Amino acid sequence: MSCELKNPTLYSSFIRAAAGHSWFFENTEVALHSIATNRSHNTYATPACCLDALMWQWEHLLRSHHDVAKGRKMRISLLFGALFCLAMPVHAQDYIAPRGPDGVHPDLNGIWQALGSAHYDIEMHTASHSLQLRDGPHGPLPAVKTLYLGAVGSVPPGLGVVVGGKIPYTEAGLAKKLDNKANWIDRDPEIKCYLPGIPRATYMPQPFQIFQSTDSVFMAYQYAGAVREVYMEDPGEAPVDSWMGWSAGRWEGDTLVVEVTGQYDTTWFDRAGNHHSDQMKVTERFTPMSPYHLMYEATIEDPVTFTEPWTIRLPLYRRMEENAQLMEFKCVEFVEELMFGQWRRNPLPR
Amino acid sequence: MNTLKLAAWVTATLGTTLGHGAAVPDLSGTYDLATLTPLQRPAAFGNNKFLSPQVAEAIRQAEAQRKAQDSAASDPNREAPPVGGDGSPGAAGNVGGYNAFWIDNGNSTFQVDGKFRTSIITRPENGRRPELTPAGKKARAERYKNYRPNQGKAWWIAQVDEGGYGPYDDMELRPLAERCILGFGSTAGPPMLPVLYNNLKRIVQTDSRVMILTEMVHDARLIRLNAKHQPSHIRSWMGDSIGRWDGDTLIVDTTNFVSNPALNGADENLRVIERFKKQPDGSLHYSFRVEDPTVWTSAWEGDFPWPRSDAKVYEYACHEGNYALGNIMRGARLLEADIRKEASISEG
Repeated sequence: MSCELKNPTLYSSFIRAAAGHSWFFENTEVALHSIATNRSHNTYATPACCLDALMWQWEHLLRSHHDVAKGRKMRISLLFGALFCLAMPVHAQDYIAPRGPDGVHPDLNGIWQALGSAHYDIEMHTASHSLQLRDGPHGPLPAVKTLYLGAVGSVPPGLGVVVGGKIPYTEAGLAKKLDNKANWIDRDPEIKCYLPGIPRATYMPQPFQIFQSTDSVFMAYQYAGAVREVYMEDPGEAPVDSWMGWSAGRWEGDTLVVEVTGQYDTTWFDRAGNHHSDQMKVTERFTPMSPYHLMYEATIEDPVTFTEPWTIRLPLYRRMEENAQLMEFKCVEFVEELMFGQWRRNPLPR
Repeated sequence: MNTLKLAAWVTATLGTTLGHGAAVPDLSGTYDLATLTPLQRPAAFGNNKFLSPQVAEAIRQAEAQRKAQDSAASDPNREAPPVGGDGSPGAAGNVGGYNAFWIDNGNSTFQVDGKFRTSIITRPENGRRPELTPAGKKARAERYKNYRPNQGKAWWIAQVDEGGYGPYDDMELRPLAERCILGFGSTAGPPMLPVLYNNLKRIVQTDSRVMILTEMVHDARLIRLNAKHQPSHIRSWMGDSIGRWDGDTLIVDTTNFVSNPALNGADENLRVIERFKKQPDGSLHYSFRVEDPTVWTSAWEGDFPWPRSDAKVYEYACHEGNYALGNIMRGARLLEADIRKEASISEG
């Protein structure tokens, strides 16, 4: 439906790459350049759209520069153009999001939430008895501390969001993960209502909201009232480590790319004990897929914990309720009894 | 055809831009609320709303001098402080507290319309909060019953033995800031008031929302524009804020507070109306009206400027590093054990 919008962009960038400032392109250059620089290059264009663009441009040239369009140079350009178009990935999609407040980049404003069970375990997993297990006479059973939650404390199955299926841990990294999992209730920072860090904040089972103004991008998360600014002008290195890290954002076409550094090693990826070091760099990509979906990708680089970079990918869904809004979840209050209750003058039974 | 397309694109872009708020001012930005002007006017000024430029300058200089003094290098050969602290009041007292490095309370009093001010509060006329209602007085007395400087002893033990309670019995009896639920002094409010440090605010405005982040404790108010309040049983620490534009002024109405919101003394009947107006220099003029008929005998109002800042708001992770609350509780149990032990020795 929106092929038309990006036609000139695609074609002009191809022509430029293939033939430089071609002489036959001069007359349309000004208009195309305005559009090309203001309409971001769409990384999800389809071959059909691309060919459509090519034909559109071809017709235009035939009409306005009849001789030029028949020339040999043009025919070669057209051939390259067709090859370029056909080489485009077929799974790519056609969606062009409405422009945001700056009139240039897509509008990511809204309340978003992940669906699924990535917050339990980002790797593919079957359902299990409980968030924390112990050995039973005939197999694993819920640990004492999670026993009383019954089915509520069990782990739902999940397809996983790790591209390729498994996290490439170092040997020591994997050992620590398994130890974390075995001691989940004493170690998961979520238990204590600590700030979730990135990427975990994105797929907590609570919504988050993107605030995008002309030059700013800010994310507020319902869980623990966590927040982060995505600095759209290079903020330099993280001045100090923090729970939510230091986010440097930029646009790559219609994708918001955020590089997150300066995170403590204290945050986790999920409730399965997946962890990282303070050397982690997370490169996130938020790409509109439809008016109601963003594709979220985060590439994790942390040579201390993993043998190679790896990526998670999951869709985020727009909350569609008429009165959709973040509500207050100041869980600090909810964990006071757990963390400090033993020091009451009259402690309650524990 | 290209010209047509370009024209269409220009129109679409302009349309988008206009649609995104050219009609109303964009309040997005970072602001530093630090000021030496107090919330309540010192009684000596009476009904005088303004400071003379000379007095304002004297205040500025005195503060600069104090800061310079406090920032001076310590004498490495100084004596150890007395056991239990030097006894001075406030954050810097007792066992040492903060030094000047941590404190960021501004360098001068603020001006509105070119005039230095004696207080943030402008109504009542005396620049002070109005008189408490009888119920307000009772609640206040109860709140401060157990408020006294640390004596290094479990002085509350007698009242505890008589069936009463002590100030450190439960976490819920400690101030919200100590519990890392909200920053102290109504910094997130509303009303959003200047405090001793971490006075930055970050605003990001969209068509349907105005987000105001308060640095301490990373509290984001998500103000819904042209929306309706939550049902009255849905209550929260920062209340339910809805906003609307009245010309170039953003008006925010907040209700649905919990029974002990950030504003000292207020209760669940608190209602705050705030007005944000952008000034030619990019700063905001912020004014507020506080209504809480169960606490105060009349509404009260105040205003002060929000100057722009180039600073970035760093993460104020309070709860994650809150060793204090647990230690305060534990310390109280130790003091109680001490006093019981003393008693049993003197009896024995």
